Amino acid sequence: MAFYRPARWQKPVAVVVLAALLALPSLLEILDQGYYIGFATRVLIFALAASSLNLVLGFGGMVSLGHAAFFGVGAYVAAICHQAGINEGLLVLPLAMAVAGLFALAVGAVSLRTRGVYFIMITLAFAQMTYYLFVSASMWGGDDGLPIYERMHLAGISLAGDDALFFATLGALTASMLLFSRLAQARFGRTIQAIRENETRMEALGYPVFRYRLICFALGGAVAGLAGALLANLTGLASPNLLQWTQSGTLLVMVIIGGVGYLWGGVVGAVVLLLLEEVLLAWFDHWHIALGLLLLAVVLFAPKGVAALFGKRHD
Amino acid sequence: MTQLFLEQALNGLQFGLMLFLLAAGLTLVFGIMDCINLAHGSLYMVGAYFVAAAAQAADSFWLGLGAGIAGTAVLGLLLELSLFRQLYRRDHLAQVLATFALILIANETVRLVWGPAPLLLNPPEALAGPVEIAGFFYPAYRLVIIAFGLAVAGLLYLLVAKSRVGMWVRAGASNREMTEALGINVRGLFTAVFVFGAALCALAGGLLGPLLAVQVGMGESVLILAFVVIIIGGIGSIRGALVGALIVGTVDTLGRALLPTLLRALLPADAAATLGPALASILIYLLMAGILFFKPQGLFPARA
Repeated sequence: MAFYRPARWQKPVAVVVLAALLALPSLLEILDQGYYIGFATRVLIFALAASSLNLVLGFGGMVSLGHAAFFGVGAYVAAICHQAGINEGLLVLPLAMAVAGLFALAVGAVSLRTRGVYFIMITLAFAQMTYYLFVSASMWGGDDGLPIYERMHLAGISLAGDDALFFATLGALTASMLLFSRLAQARFGRTIQAIRENETRMEALGYPVFRYRLICFALGGAVAGLAGALLANLTGLASPNLLQWTQSGTLLVMVIIGGVGYLWGGVVGAVVLLLLEEVLLAWFDHWHIALGLLLLAVVLFAPKGVAALFGKRHD
Repeated sequence: MTQLFLEQALNGLQFGLMLFLLAAGLTLVFGIMDCINLAHGSLYMVGAYFVAAAAQAADSFWLGLGAGIAGTAVLGLLLELSLFRQLYRRDHLAQVLATFALILIANETVRLVWGPAPLLLNPPEALAGPVEIAGFFYPAYRLVIIAFGLAVAGLLYLLVAKSRVGMWVRAGASNREMTEALGINVRGLFTAVFVFGAALCALAGGLLGPLLAVQVGMGESVLILAFVVIIIGGIGSIRGALVGALIVGTVDTLGRALLPTLLRALLPADAAATLGPALASILIYLLMAGILFFKPQGLFPARA
């Protein structure tokens, strides 16, 4: 896999897409399809979560099967804040990022001692532990999860309206994608990509490989926590299901469909998968069969993901 | 107290042996072919469904078990030839994605064919009652499961440690390229191992069917446990799978049965009520993380 370099068309396309998304709520209102604004917010949230996994997986080369743990922890931080009467987003969202990030730091500090398959499995084990902890935590609703009756405020502006939450999510996604784009080209991004390519060599050159990996892993966890906090506000519930390993699998599938290590891989994957779900579910109850066949087709015929089908690689 | 402990220890042994049936196939597929098969749990589920359906049709548990195992083996053969062959040379990510897709397809297809309600599978009538051992009563059927598990473990030991095919399997697990270079038909060996693993899945699914519900999603939870087992034991090692399965089975069963009581003696009642079940369900994952921390290759690494 080659180093990430932004394509020339990337900036204009991103600006056009952003403009279109800014106009989306008004457009849906005109078309009288207000229901879809919630769906669009969900897609953006999963785009954020999948992009955070892409940072860990695509750029850092760490195949984590436990990313949903950080996603779910972020959701629970938002719900617990709500339970404690804290509804200011400027406090809740950074707190969700900090808690998820610190948790990822701890998990990474143990997991990153292992390699390959063992790493996949130990991240999975940590996610399962977190899942069972929340399932049996009766003060946080146990199996049923912890509800959020009223969405948070952001600098005093209520996010109770669907449009407001959509714009807040769009803001979070835009900021994160800008950060990831800058990061991938910065010294840090170069270093973690080089570690992905040849760990031994980077070690020999004197880079603190373990520390770089750990920071990348924790940063991915923090952004996943942000996505989780937003999702809990959208659905009004922090549920243990968010931490289940199938959720980690779904996030992985999104990144792989979109294209591992492409800046937009996570976003493309989330959009494709959730749109497919919405469309297929409308005419086929057992849409998972269709989805499964499609995933198999992607593995066998488009191994580099959908993002790779459009034009050549960035390099 | 000792009776409870003995009974739970037997339950743990029984659970561990069933985990071993699943883990044995998984660790070989994993170790020799370096292929992550998340769909191994789906083979277990499909196997249990095949056994239950065949047992209902034939009105005999043992006939159903035989037919179910044969059917799952055929399914495994078809899967290996059509899909897994292409996956061996791909990276772990592609394998995770493809087998995750298989889980989706398997779960939905089962739901389509048999409906969402669990299927009923009755143990053979002769074994329905309890028997008395050392002063307490224990279900006869569970004893039969233990006997089956021990027999398969012994058979596998003979097969892997003493036979020529077993030698190839061990050689393949420790160094695949070298084995190929020595002229062993590794492709055929892969197919045979995969089909054998599928048959063991169906055996475990069919035997556990009367104890647990035969339902959609039964494969996923057990798959994670099987992975924990082979990680603890060391990937590719049958001996490791047996030791790992017995550790996980006993620790999990005894933890669930005894930890709440134990905690109640040490902690205030409400704290023990929350902490007990939580600690019991994460115990094996703590164990796995701990073992990986000190022995990153598991207890019995095949590639020593």
